[in-house]
Amino acid sequence: MAVITYREALNQALVEEMERDPDVFLMGEEVALYNGAYKVSKGLLDRFGEKRVVDTPITELGFAGVGIGAAMVGLRPVIEFMTFNFSILALDQVFNSAAKVHYMSGGQFKCPIVFRGPSGAALQLSAQHSQALESTYAHFPGLKLCTPATPADAKGLLKSAIRDDDPVVVMEGELLYALKGEVPDAEDHLVPLGVAEVKQEGRDISIITHGKMVHVALQAAARLEKDGIQAEVLDLRSLRPLDMDAVLGSVRKTNRAVYVEEGWPFVGIGAQIVGLIQEEAFDELDAPVLRVTQADVPMPYSKGLEKLAKPSIERVVAACNRALYRD
Amino acid sequence: MTDARAAETSRRVEPARRDGKRLAGLDAETLHHLLYQMLLGRRFEEKSAEAYALGKVGGFCHLYIGQEAVTVGAYSVLRPDDYVIAAYRDHVQALAKGIAPREVMAELYGRSGGCSKGKGGSMHMYSAERRFLGGWGIVGGQIPLGTGVGWAIKYRGEDRVCLCFMGEAAVNQGAFHESLNMAALWKLPVIYIVENNRFGMGTAWERASALYDIAQKGGAYDMPSATADGMDVLAVREVVGEAVERARKESVPSLIEARCYRFMGHSMSDPVHGVYRTKEQVEEAKEKDPIRIFIDRLKEAEVLSDEALKKLDERVRGEVEEAAQFAEGSPEPAPEELYRDVYAELPERGRIFFDGREEAGGAWRS
Repeated sequence: MAVITYREALNQALVEEMERDPDVFLMGEEVALYNGAYKVSKGLLDRFGEKRVVDTPITELGFAGVGIGAAMVGLRPVIEFMTFNFSILALDQVFNSAAKVHYMSGGQFKCPIVFRGPSGAALQLSAQHSQALESTYAHFPGLKLCTPATPADAKGLLKSAIRDDDPVVVMEGELLYALKGEVPDAEDHLVPLGVAEVKQEGRDISIITHGKMVHVALQAAARLEKDGIQAEVLDLRSLRPLDMDAVLGSVRKTNRAVYVEEGWPFVGIGAQIVGLIQEEAFDELDAPVLRVTQADVPMPYSKGLEKLAKPSIERVVAACNRALYRD
Repeated sequence: MTDARAAETSRRVEPARRDGKRLAGLDAETLHHLLYQMLLGRRFEEKSAEAYALGKVGGFCHLYIGQEAVTVGAYSVLRPDDYVIAAYRDHVQALAKGIAPREVMAELYGRSGGCSKGKGGSMHMYSAERRFLGGWGIVGGQIPLGTGVGWAIKYRGEDRVCLCFMGEAAVNQGAFHESLNMAALWKLPVIYIVENNRFGMGTAWERASALYDIAQKGGAYDMPSATADGMDVLAVREVVGEAVERARKESVPSLIEARCYRFMGHSMSDPVHGVYRTKEQVEEAKEKDPIRIFIDRLKEAEVLSDEALKKLDERVRGEVEEAAQFAEGSPEPAPEELYRDVYAELPERGRIFFDGREEAGGAWRS
């Protein structure tokens, strides 16, 4: 297996799918001539030309809608948002058009489009550029949503998303692009939507999470291990479809759980996960399911305050200890 | 006032030419078909209003009465493989694109025989087969989609076009600006047709827009633009025809403002007059009823006899009656339809819905 970066893995996925299917094209701000704001589309313009790698004006709502219209008549657009913070300008198109056209048309029109780009906080980018919007997108039936945590998943999930006949939102971790990891060499390395992965087996507590927070959870698990606690780390990988069988299986094994997410707590993904666990595995729980999230504030600029606002290894460890009644 | 300004900039196909069973170069059959489509739209909507009043049609119901010439004139230059995308005042647009009246009526009734299987309703008529990409309910929301259809046409190197309809109020949305800029920049075969029926719900155009003349906005995008008399089916046909030909041959977009008038309220929920316009204004506008004017012209040109008109109207009334009967008899969508069509592709693993799975009889899995 080759060791490549998360960024290169996404690039490979785009190259392979564009080679495979002439209906796939990439559109967004700075994706062509500039090679992508985060260089995910590096080399694509040279390889596929202006027709299939398209720089747009700075008009999120407009080019998101252009992609949706093109998808309705059979193309398979990949729309890059320079960051998901800017996707907020396009929400009408994603929520009101892409998510609903198949249903409103009684199944006549498909919308095989991918919206992708970086999500979540980076470093000191302040309130308008540090948002993790998974719960916003997960709210709408009609959309699918995945959040790759590793290079292998970045490639495999993006390829699955491009081949899917529904609109799929792929939220990449802004701080993960340089992360290196092994990626299977197989030509058709696909990670199916809706299949979680146990990143680390454990019997004492389940740390359930997704995206960038998988790495925080793994480090928290390593610390807990020093105290003799075996934490199981479950990476959901996609949030819709959601692998609840894996969540419930893990909880039934450990009887305790902590949910970690980069977004805000109120009506966050964790709220949904906790709700489902209590509905379906209440009797198996030995403690309330706790959540570690971003502080319920807009992201501050100050380095110290920003650190306090983000979910940290320390806070995950503390939450696990509470759920284990160890503090 | 606005009417005078409208008259100044309107283009008309005048005068009616008597060239032996022809008018504006069209043969009697084509002219009769235009009249048939406008009449069908009118009678269909009168029936819809009746059904709405009886509680058989629910939700919002935005009628098109008075604006028939715009859709019928514009569509008359299309090929069947050309696309149309519309806003929420879409019943007559769906009919004119060839969706059967019974399917449009059943959709209004929310029945399974509707063109969107009862899941779209008044504002969301669709037909993939007829290349009718729907009515859309958010003002301006369909404009980027129409632009994307044009993008796909160009991507595939086809010579089709997309007509993208909107009301005048949509022109003030950012979606309009973003779309027209990209369409002109990328030279897409999209014809943006603004139906200026003078009122965005209850707000008159001159109270909503700093610039009265919508066609001038084309200049901001270096885009060909024109104004058409939207009460004159042949004028609309001529103006849209030029734009369609340009789009087909040169792959360039156009902006057309069709000046018309809405004879009814914004929807069935607001009055025809009394709140934002006077009875006199509405009555004055009705003097220019596009169907009556067209009939007069056809008769003057000796293309239409009283007998032929009577037969045509009887035919249309029969079709509308049949549509209403079909809608009455069409079953409600089955319960398992609730979870069907949310997704085109269901996952092999993973939960995708989060309520009501049992109530749907597990159909969400099938």
